[in-house]
Amino acid sequence: MYRYDTIDREMLADRVAEFREQCQRRIDGEITEDQFKPIRLANGLYLQLHAYMLRIAIPYGALTGEQLRKLAFIVRTYDKGYGHFTTRTNIQLHWIKLKDAGDILAHLAEVGMHSIQTSGNDIRNITADPHAGATADEVDDPRIWAEALRQWSTFHPEFSYLPRKFKIALTASPADRAATKVYDIGLRLHRDDAGELSFEVLVGGGLGRTPYLGSTIRKHLPVRHLLSYLQAILRVYNRHGRRDNPWKARIKVLVASLGAEAFAREVDAEWESSDQAAVDLPDTELARIRAAFTPRNFATLPATSVSFEAAKKADPAFARFARHNVKAHKVPGYAIVDVSLKQPGETPGDCSAEQMDAVADIGERWSQDEVRVHYDQNLILPHVKLDDVHTVWKALDAAGLATPNMGLITDIIACPGLDYCALANARAIPIAQAIAKRFADPVKAEAIGELGIKISGCINACGHHHVGSIGILGVDKKGEEFYQVSLGGSPEADASLGQILGPALPADKVADAVEHLVDVYMRQRQDGERFLDTFRRTGMAPFKEAVYADAH
Amino acid sequence: MPTLIRWNGQSAQTVEDPFTHAADEMPTPRGDVIVSMQRFHAEGRRLLDEGRKVGVRVEANEAVEDIAADLPRIAVVALAVPKFRQGQAYSSARILRERYKYAGEVRMVGEVLLEQVRYMLRCGVDALEPADGATAEQVNHVANRFRHVYQRAADGRAPAFVERQAS
Repeated sequence: MYRYDTIDREMLADRVAEFREQCQRRIDGEITEDQFKPIRLANGLYLQLHAYMLRIAIPYGALTGEQLRKLAFIVRTYDKGYGHFTTRTNIQLHWIKLKDAGDILAHLAEVGMHSIQTSGNDIRNITADPHAGATADEVDDPRIWAEALRQWSTFHPEFSYLPRKFKIALTASPADRAATKVYDIGLRLHRDDAGELSFEVLVGGGLGRTPYLGSTIRKHLPVRHLLSYLQAILRVYNRHGRRDNPWKARIKVLVASLGAEAFAREVDAEWESSDQAAVDLPDTELARIRAAFTPRNFATLPATSVSFEAAKKADPAFARFARHNVKAHKVPGYAIVDVSLKQPGETPGDCSAEQMDAVADIGERWSQDEVRVHYDQNLILPHVKLDDVHTVWKALDAAGLATPNMGLITDIIACPGLDYCALANARAIPIAQAIAKRFADPVKAEAIGELGIKISGCINACGHHHVGSIGILGVDKKGEEFYQVSLGGSPEADASLGQILGPALPADKVADAVEHLVDVYMRQRQDGERFLDTFRRTGMAPFKEAVYADAH
Repeated sequence: MPTLIRWNGQSAQTVEDPFTHAADEMPTPRGDVIVSMQRFHAEGRRLLDEGRKVGVRVEANEAVEDIAADLPRIAVVALAVPKFRQGQAYSSARILRERYKYAGEVRMVGEVLLEQVRYMLRCGVDALEPADGATAEQVNHVANRFRHVYQRAADGRAPAFVERQAS
């Protein structure tokens, strides 16, 4: 895992000093609130409904035990004892005081963390496949390139006042676990016909008011040109993206209005006339970053673990956990273990200080001191010996983190919604809780199988509702919270955008509707189909009929 | 006359601005002038023939490519920032310096605020008309606030990856 060197640490120290000064200038009245706003936003500080919210970046979702413990300390000291992991693999603290912000940033800097560019119209936190370095299906470790992008995009002098925010995600696996098709730029590492590593570059995906899947503008970009090519994309966007209307300002609107081919030509022209060698990283720096991610500490173990198999046989609850929360690792005798932040009845993505400490301990002891954040708002222990999985499960269970529901109906994504967010039209958390309670029986949830419910409290789509098997969008109807349901979305390799089911439903009818939808699926499904497969086969009609039958 | 702050790559100084901004509807003032791109295309040759220095104001939605051929004769390119959130001028500045190797003055005008100055200088800007009363001393302070940079831009600073190679 990449550890900050002196330069990285001095960057953070200088940033903290800068922010303290800026806060002082605001307090002294030297700058107006309007001028201060982009400054605090560039440090992830939002003014929300009840308090300031601080959004802390977790580049490519990677955390160490020391970092998690520091987060636990911060939420205990400066917040209400918990934090909220987001679909951007950041963590948000919802009850911060502005006067504490400088101190919090200083604490974060001690462990190589920050809130740089977690807001504002700049290049945001870089996300990547949370199974990076642990999965057999990747062609390279995407964290190497994510770290290169983290550095390149940090305090970028040209791209800090873009038309709108800008998000980049990477995967190196055909199973897209980073939702790269719904990002401003999605990067897919693969090999070209000659076997050379290259990026497929997708541009103009995104959710929000006008959802789009990204278009491929280059199938094989040689990896060494990543930074210069991205500079060309960002420059075309910075110069030509719309700034007259924030709803039309994302790059997806520019790509859609020009057409992907014309956009690609503009990018190519820009790229070819720029000094690529000045921008692209030298091999020595790439090698330095690569070395930080070189696998180590793996023991030579048999592919199967006698104790793991015996524990599954002896304990059905553990066997269920193993079926849903334990994934194959590239190294024999190891596993990837999912930590669920989706206990039915709790807020999806919330994690208490005690839970952070617990995961820090477990990660240090049994997962080579690595913890990952997944955009589905769960955590991951990427390198657990199969022999240790049962012990890890017990430790997670003791902390309320072993719900065996990865990918199941209770593994719901939900944004903070109207409980916290000033932008929201409706609450998301209580809806998620009500649905999860209906399906809290793990046997029932398992029988239903893979089904992603994703809930957003407004059209900004932080809860990714467009790409939910069942998507739920909160809308405001004359001051009342209503929920528009859509079906058939997917963020993965088979990415698709959901289609609207019908008229929006009142809050107390949403869980009922989900039950109806599930009933239809259970009746209609054929040989192991997922909900998504059945929907794609049958279309909307049977689902719509079941939900709106009462209305006829 | 607005304050003009010049940056020489090391430090900032407040200077007398020899140029007058000439709005399109204004008659041409005496001496060195900065005119719109439109006016430059119409009158630039005459203004230059009069033996004065001529600068061109480039609006945020205008392309510096449109004055590329004339750059050797243009003393100042004034890049307009209508709102500090509008960042097109940062790209324009880099293109002037890096693509066209423009050696004249690149000046930021409009809503130029101290907190944006660091990035402006990195993009090759060497003159500022601050809208918030920022002083040369303050500009010096923010320009040197960060000991390192992560990427190459138009200011010649060695990025982190070069510093690391050297150490």
